[in-house]
Amino acid sequence: MKAAVVQLPGLNRDRDMIAALTKIGGRPPATVWQTDTELPEVDLIVIPGGFSYGDYLRCGAIAARMPVMRAVAAEARRGVRVLGVCNGFQILTEAGLLPGALMRNASLKFVCRTVRLKVVNASSPFTSRYQKGQIISCPVAHHDGNYFADAETLRRLDGENRVAFRYAEGTNPNGSLGDIAGILNAAGNVLGLMPHPENLIEPAHGGSDGRALFESALELAA
Amino acid sequence: MIRAVVTVTLKGGVLDPQGKAIEHALASLGFSGVESVRQGKVFEIVLSGSDKAKAKAALASMGEKLLANTVIEDFSVRLES
Repeated sequence: MKAAVVQLPGLNRDRDMIAALTKIGGRPPATVWQTDTELPEVDLIVIPGGFSYGDYLRCGAIAARMPVMRAVAAEARRGVRVLGVCNGFQILTEAGLLPGALMRNASLKFVCRTVRLKVVNASSPFTSRYQKGQIISCPVAHHDGNYFADAETLRRLDGENRVAFRYAEGTNPNGSLGDIAGILNAAGNVLGLMPHPENLIEPAHGGSDGRALFESALELAA
Repeated sequence: MIRAVVTVTLKGGVLDPQGKAIEHALASLGFSGVESVRQGKVFEIVLSGSDKAKAKAALASMGEKLLANTVIEDFSVRLES
């Protein structure tokens, strides 16, 4: 399967994401720029992390209104897989492709550490190589990862099995409601998560728990 | 020209850790009797033309589409005379 990585001014995890997709997928992903209105024919679009537009106004708010995001939304409606990591998750919520919002961490501090994640839904296109209930390690690095949605949205996410990952008990780094770390859209082809699976894909990273997410999304042979 | 002020505030029920921190800082400066602080944003916007109804409609649309994230925020529009 082919992948593309969206690049925007201020994103800084795009190189890590490109490296991860290249190492795991066996070929470099295409890259698309913020002004691109047509995307290459791919199966997976990734919006990486960073600080698009300096986090001006709200994290991801400006990026979500750039031309490339209209193209990403159109591809998502066609069923193409879209993965947003960290700032990418914030951009997807601001663009309305995922519900809720990511607010300032409850501690008001930037958190940069490895947390434990519980795989809540192991049947999505992004998580099929994990086991339901599996606890994995994953690094986080963010200032605004405190997931908020109204009670009805939270109930719907639960009821429709759209919470992909929760912070394992006692490791919630940001005050997210329901310990939510990553959610899916209704169709299951859009995933946003705050942790950085691309930074834990080989022993040199201290582990490779993030690898299965990309193997799932790219449908690589196990 | 029309001058307008758009004020964005967090919805009731949405936790505001920054407001809380400001509240504590005010207390530590010796300001007593501060019941609560909620942090928001103010946008001063200058529009061309003089049609106030049109300006209000445009500003409401700007609030919806960009200035506020209506999942967590409310906004109000005030035209300055």
